[in-house]
Amino acid sequence: MATGQLFSRTTQALFYNYKQLPIQRMLDFDFLCGRETPSVAGIINPGSEGFQKLFFGQEEIAIPVHSSIEAASAAHPTADVFINFASFRSAAASSMAALKQPTIRVVAIIAEGVPEADTKQLIAYARSNNKVVIGPATVGGIQAGAFKIGDTAGTIDNIIQSKLYRPGSVGFVSKSGGMSNELYNTIARVTDGIYEGIAIGGDVFPGSTLSDHVLRFNNIPQVKMVVVLGELGGRDEYSLVEALKQGKINKPVVAWVSGTCARLFKSEVQFGHAGAKSGGEMESAQAKNQALSEAGAVVPTSYEAFETAIKETFEKLHEEGKITPVKEVAPPQIPEDLNTAIKSGKVRAPTHIISTISDDRGEEPCYAGVPMSSIVEQGYGVGDVISLLWFKRSLPRYCTHFIEICIMLCADHGPCVSGAHNTIVTARAGKDLVSSLVSGLLTIGPRFGGAIDDAARYFKDAYDRGLTAYEFVEDMKKKGIRVPGIGHRIKRGDNRDKRVELLQRFARTHFPSVKYMEYAVEVETYTLSKSNNLVLNVDGAIGSLFLDLLAGSGMFTKQEIDEIVQIGYLNGLFVLARSIGLIGHTFDQKRLKQPLYRHPWEDVLYTK
Amino acid sequence: MARKKIREYDSKRLLKEHLKRLVASISRSAQLRFPLSSSSTLGSVTEATDFAELTNKEPWLSSTRLVVKPDMLFGKRGKSGLVALNLDLAQVAEFVKARLGVEVEMGGCKAPITTFIVEPFVPHDQEYYLSIVSDRLGCTISFSECGGIEIEENWDKVKTINLPTEKPMTPETCAPLIATLPLEVRGKIGDFIKGAFAVFQDLDFSFLEMNPFTLVNGEPYPLDMRGELDDTAAFKNFKTYTFVILKNTQVRNFQLLHTFRVSYLYIVMLTGGAILSFRCLWKSTKPHRGLHSLVDEKTSASLKFTVLNPKGRIWTMVGDLGYASELGNYAEYSGAPNEEEVLQYARVVLDCATADPDGRKRALLIGGGIANFTDVAATFNGIVRALKEKESKLKASRMHIYVRRGGPNYQTGLARMRALGEELGIPLEVYGPEATMTGICKQAIDCIMSTA
Repeated sequence: MATGQLFSRTTQALFYNYKQLPIQRMLDFDFLCGRETPSVAGIINPGSEGFQKLFFGQEEIAIPVHSSIEAASAAHPTADVFINFASFRSAAASSMAALKQPTIRVVAIIAEGVPEADTKQLIAYARSNNKVVIGPATVGGIQAGAFKIGDTAGTIDNIIQSKLYRPGSVGFVSKSGGMSNELYNTIARVTDGIYEGIAIGGDVFPGSTLSDHVLRFNNIPQVKMVVVLGELGGRDEYSLVEALKQGKINKPVVAWVSGTCARLFKSEVQFGHAGAKSGGEMESAQAKNQALSEAGAVVPTSYEAFETAIKETFEKLHEEGKITPVKEVAPPQIPEDLNTAIKSGKVRAPTHIISTISDDRGEEPCYAGVPMSSIVEQGYGVGDVISLLWFKRSLPRYCTHFIEICIMLCADHGPCVSGAHNTIVTARAGKDLVSSLVSGLLTIGPRFGGAIDDAARYFKDAYDRGLTAYEFVEDMKKKGIRVPGIGHRIKRGDNRDKRVELLQRFARTHFPSVKYMEYAVEVETYTLSKSNNLVLNVDGAIGSLFLDLLAGSGMFTKQEIDEIVQIGYLNGLFVLARSIGLIGHTFDQKRLKQPLYRHPWEDVLYTK
Repeated sequence: MARKKIREYDSKRLLKEHLKRLVASISRSAQLRFPLSSSSTLGSVTEATDFAELTNKEPWLSSTRLVVKPDMLFGKRGKSGLVALNLDLAQVAEFVKARLGVEVEMGGCKAPITTFIVEPFVPHDQEYYLSIVSDRLGCTISFSECGGIEIEENWDKVKTINLPTEKPMTPETCAPLIATLPLEVRGKIGDFIKGAFAVFQDLDFSFLEMNPFTLVNGEPYPLDMRGELDDTAAFKNFKTYTFVILKNTQVRNFQLLHTFRVSYLYIVMLTGGAILSFRCLWKSTKPHRGLHSLVDEKTSASLKFTVLNPKGRIWTMVGDLGYASELGNYAEYSGAPNEEEVLQYARVVLDCATADPDGRKRALLIGGGIANFTDVAATFNGIVRALKEKESKLKASRMHIYVRRGGPNYQTGLARMRALGEELGIPLEVYGPEATMTGICKQAIDCIMSTA
């Protein structure tokens, strides 16, 4: 260790494990200090690559994301600091990988709970390769006006209040990250501010020690005095005592070791940090404070007196003319984040999307205000869910039952209809489930499956206008439109569609009124008189009966019914139902391992 | 979150089990073949049932002369008359029965004895000493052929090597420790040291001591053993550790049982950030399970809580340095816990803080340092919700609340606290980063000390 400056105004870091906030805070600090380049050169997010958008002042910048430490180091050879936000489980391995990169000089480890034995490996490697490890279990460190690790020094307000945007004359090192923030405030109050501050972390074996940094501060000409905040447990402070005794430090050191209270507890107590265990007299705060004081450090009588001790030491240096006056600068205003501004009520922003059918923000998702637990506990079916999500109301059971019957009837109609055929061909071309499904769904339209809506529209229009079956059919004929819902390829007047019969029977039993259906039957009676295959088909039955459902349930206004018919709800019913069959066909083909389908030449009429 | 002492039984068991696995290459001689048993007689389990069951599982108990002693992480058992040698099983049962639940005082801590270790009685002449200590730059391994209770007096005979982290353990590195041993035992003890070191490293021990171990029929045999595991490594040694550490919570409580009669203060702190100068120490006989799982499993945040005084017999830090700022540790959160986590955490703390009202004033300190990244408003929301829930309990225990906090969104958080004080009609004072935590503690102490 020893030697001097770790960071400068051009230092760039690689950031391991993408965390938006700490990186943004680093970039905000950069902007505050008037840095020209962002302090994060690249992000390493195992398993992903690309860019992350972040703000550098008012502007948005894209920081490259790499999937490995090696790739990031190769791409950013000037980035020599590695900021490791990995979890305690993987922090040691990733830190070791980083230390092994020739371009990386400093590794800061944030995670708390890295096994001691793993940290020791990092310490040994860093020592023999002349690299610096800060942490584990730390917030990091900061060089005022130059470079900041992650979350160090907290919010922008705090950084401004502690004047960390420009260098002062005090070198500060502590174990605790939380306490370092406290001391940045204190030091800014009673001196010209921090030059550099490091939190070495609370572990038993920190990557670098208090004395490592004090000795380094001693070599930095801009640092005029050093403030040290130690804590009970461990013997780290004694290496500082030794260094002081050996005259290796020629700058004033103000030190306090906290945890003097531990003496009141007769047996061992684990304090917040792993290293802060109050065992043994040598490791007590009192003993360490006394040893530091005897070695020549300025040691106050209590934590409260710490501030005064720092103040007096600084003033003495000032009187001796050893302090170069700091040029005060006004830091630029950091644009406030929209979310923060909204939260504090300063601005409002319009939403871009409006949604009324469901809400996933609470304890459990709600469909049209009905919580998922009621849906399950009250034994609701798919029909009820459709009624909630499509119609935004709970329809009576006979209605939701009718919807379910429609879905069951329309779920499939064999492999030869055009939708199923398309799905089969696509599945056999080796495409995935969704592709196969949609190739079938895309077939649904005016000629395939789309007749329910039209049937409902025309029947409704005709019935509401009071047209007789004769007038309606002849009117359509004049316009050249086939009556939707009428006609079948196979079924005849004497061989009705079974599905239509089932629907009609259900409706006659349960519906309060079946006036639209009766109208459709009148139309059918007339069309059958023209041709035996012009029967009411399943589309016509569903279309007309749905009109009865909407009108007869008394739960929809006239406008709502018009809208439902207009928007194409009934086509939705067909799409939903048929998806079941199309998915079945896809699985069927895949299970049967069917090869690519090719239509035979013989089946094509080649002609000019 | 740090080094955890483990029971003698577990130290020996781990060594025995893992030596076998790890040192196949070293030699057969480094394997341990001692039987041992831990008898934990707690609650409704009677001594008789317990011993019958134990004998079924460990038949050697009834056919061997035995040693029995408490296994509760405290030393000087021999000097306190808590070790009995050369007994049969019935005598062991009697010894245990006579001492089970008896309060002993060790270094100022008082607690009942709940757990004993029972192992074969081994007559022996030679007592060896071995310790392995993890240091920052490696491990210190100490060995002496003059082990036993006189080890302190014979410390000049202890040989020590420092093995740097990056160096492997080899016969050469081990040689200085055993150079003076007679040839016939040198190899065997050398292998045993290497084997113990392998277990130490593999299981992330941070401390291991055998004082003494001996040779039985030429095989190493630890008579007394202490161990400390680094529980941050639990994720690596999951199977090995769970059992040991779970069992250990009960033991740690013994360690934390103090009788403080310094004064009648009741100070609770909910601090955020690591404010070492201000942590209150509490004690409890019951671990807070809900909190435990919350802390250890679900969150990346750090929520720490140690209760030291279940009945609210609290101490103050009107210590040796005048008005020393130094309160002990007890409850701390950091690492940006979310509102829900803080709520649960605060509930536990408040339940403890408001338990057994005794008519005297109490103080609750909420907040702590200037947070780096913990959202003060969000964490305070959780605390506010908990305070509202516990309103009546707070009033019954005459709680005075002091809040001090800085950090992200602290203004919002503090404003909410102020509003809450007015809403609940509980004395509540709120300070930002301009006030020092030490000053607030002084106020809290003054408030409680005032007779009113």
